[in-house]
This record gives sequence, structure tokens and C-alpha cells, in this order.
Amino acid sequence: MRASSAPTPPLIVVGSGLAAYTLVREWRKADIETPLVLITADDGAGYSKPMLSNAHSKGQSADDLIQLSATEVAERYQAELLTRTEVLHIDPTTRTLHLDNGEALVWGQLVLAVGAEPIRAPLEGNALNRVFSVNDRLDFARLQSELDGARQVTIMGGGLIGSEFANDLISAGFEVDLVAPSETLLTGLVPAEVGEALRHALADAGVRFHLGPLVSRVDSVEDGKFQVSLTNGQKIPTDLVLSAVGLTPRVDLARKAGLRVNRGVVVNKYLQTSDPTIYALGDCAEVEGLVLMYVMPLMNAARALAKTLAGEQTAVQWPAMPVTVKTPLCPVIAYPPRSTGAWQIDGSGANLAAVCRQGESIVGFALSGERIKERNTWLKAVPPLLAS
Amino acid sequence: MRKWQCIVCGFIYDEAEGIPEEGIEPGTAWEDIPDTWECPDCGASKDDFEMIVL
Repeated sequence: MRASSAPTPPLIVVGSGLAAYTLVREWRKADIETPLVLITADDGAGYSKPMLSNAHSKGQSADDLIQLSATEVAERYQAELLTRTEVLHIDPTTRTLHLDNGEALVWGQLVLAVGAEPIRAPLEGNALNRVFSVNDRLDFARLQSELDGARQVTIMGGGLIGSEFANDLISAGFEVDLVAPSETLLTGLVPAEVGEALRHALADAGVRFHLGPLVSRVDSVEDGKFQVSLTNGQKIPTDLVLSAVGLTPRVDLARKAGLRVNRGVVVNKYLQTSDPTIYALGDCAEVEGLVLMYVMPLMNAARALAKTLAGEQTAVQWPAMPVTVKTPLCPVIAYPPRSTGAWQIDGSGANLAAVCRQGESIVGFALSGERIKERNTWLKAVPPLLAS
Repeated sequence: MRKWQCIVCGFIYDEAEGIPEEGIEPGTAWEDIPDTWECPDCGASKDDFEMIVL
């Protein structure tokens, strides 16, 4: 080996979620030389976040979901892994990252894979410590220890995560109340008929719905019980509240560094931010105007970025990627249209196929129950998310 | 006949059922699925993801 005058500056990845670990796994296939530093506020264990919302009914603990321990991550990807470490700020001019332990690191290339933050609904009351959200494995561990001994759970939010948790917790034998301001479930993702099919399936299994109002307060009442107050005046007894009202990309680091930020960290098709040595991937990134906080776009983008970082410039090309809602009581697959169109619904009961047309073109679809089998037929008919 | 689970999203491939709508006939062994195949629910690739035998 030729002795080089200066060591190669490392690839530094901030984050340890599915985006970060899929990226480094792919990148290491092409580059085994460049040093790698992984920085995470978490414990560094590798797991798959989509598994969190349906693990409880399967009897899986937070530790069962670990696929790679932090030590295994460091060994397998030949990485220096800094766990429980916060990045305070990044300085693009000197390419320096400043950590909360006082260390400063210089990057060759930097990837922000810091994910998204749960939106916190404005609530009042004396028991806001009974409100939980599950955005990572450690959150899930906390939820699970609270569920131990609990009977009644109130879920805030009727989107994908709220619906998945409702399905999982009712199947695990809890009493579930779901509160959401929308008229039905999965609004924005599927037409109302499909949302209703899911709602009926969950209601038949015992989920109680309170659609229209919002949760306004969470208070303790006697006997160690708690009470949720809704904006329509209704009161629901509960043991704990699970908030699933949405996620917002984590953009603070990028914003403070002067990078372009919109809803997410703004990147081009190469996932490059407004600074050419800094990239953003996964739930924190806004790719050509798209913030898609789903697993499929993330996996696809991680593979493209791995190639780019290894020297082979590769643009993200997103085919039509459907969103799978893991609600076994009434599974749903959706490809929401990016423009407006007219929905046509076929089928009955839980088994619906909804197709959205704009003129002659099919621009979106939503399938539920048995009809999810038609996924590939409709996928072929819709336009890609992000063409080359 | 075996079943394999995607460790990213939980999708289950059942060799007995195959995925006829994707052209994978019932009875297709895991080994006989092309390496370019991706998990229909999450896009994880066969090559890159360990599938666990249930």
C-alpha cells in the first residue's frame, strides 16, 4: 500500500435508523477503505421502525426487535459508532461537526439521516406525563412498560400510525378509544369509503371511535385512573394516551448550518443539500419537493445515495411506490394521487378497490381487504413518483 | 414449504402460496426467486435483507 500524506476524511452519518443503516450497509459494499463515523443520540441498536406499530400483539419486546447490536453495527460496517451523542451544530465552511461531548470532527462527506419528530398536540391537564408517542425503539420500550397493567388506551390520530396501533392494541386485548378530528381514517391517503371500510373493521373488533373532536385535556382522577377530555365535552376514562398525530422532519441542524430548508432539508435528486458535501436521507429530507416518510422511498433512496457516495453519481428514481397500512383486520394499500382527480369505488364491505382518474389517466388508487391483491395491476397503471 | 419474513416490514412470503400476481407461482422455493426481487411492501431487496424462517 502506498503511504498517503493525509488520512482520508471520513464519511460521517448522523442518525441510526433504517435510513442510516441501510445506507452504510450498501455503501460498504462498494467502499471498504474510507473511514466511517456514525453518530446517534440513540443507543445505536439496529432495528426496523415499521415493526414498532405491530409488535405488541405479537408479544415482541423492544429488545426482540433489535437486529444488530451497536457493537455488531460497528464491526460489520467498520465504523466508529458514537452512541447517546448529540450533534450541537455543523459548520459547512470548515466541514466540522461539533458534538455535545466537546469533540469536533471533520467530514469528507456528511449525511444527515436524523429522521422526523412526532408532532405534539397542544394539551392541558395535570397528567400530560401519561401521553406517549412512539417514534423509535426506546419510545416503544417505554410504551410497553406502561401497557403492562394497563387496560384502556386512548389513541390520538386516525392516520397510518394511529390506525396500525389501534389494530395492534385491540388485537392484544386492550380497550381502545381512538380520537381524531377527521371524518374517517387515513384521510389524505385514501378516499373516505376506504377509510370507512377500515374504521368498520376496527369498530367490529371493539375500537371505539370519537371522530370530529380533539383531545383537549388529560387529567388524573381517583384510583390511579386518568381521564381524557375532548373538545366536544366528552370524557373518556383511560390508563394512557398514545399520540400519533403526525411527524415533522428534523431540520434544526440543517437550518442552523444555513442549508436550504423547507418542510424538510431540501435536496436534489442526488440527495445533495445546498452544500455539495452534505446530503440528507430519509424522513428528514425533502427530495424535489417530496417529503415521503415511508419505508419504500427510504430504502430506494438509500441505495442510490450509497452509490453516489462511493463515487458513482446516481439519481433517486422513484417508481410508483404504494403505502402499505399494516392493519390485519382490514389491510390497506394506497397510492395517493399527487393531483386531484375523480375517485371510482368498486366492491363492497371491507373489500374495496378505489381508483382515481384524471381524464383518461389513472393517477392513484386505494385497495382494502381482499382487493389488496390487485396492487400490481394498478401499480403498473399509475405514474412514477419521481421520474429520471 | 417454508415461510420467510421480511425483517424490515414484516411481509411474509409463503412458498406454498407464492405471489401469483407478481408471476411467482405457488410452490416457488425462496432460492428460486430472482435476486432482483424486492419486498412488495417495503422495497427491501432479497439479497440485502435477511429473511427469517418462521
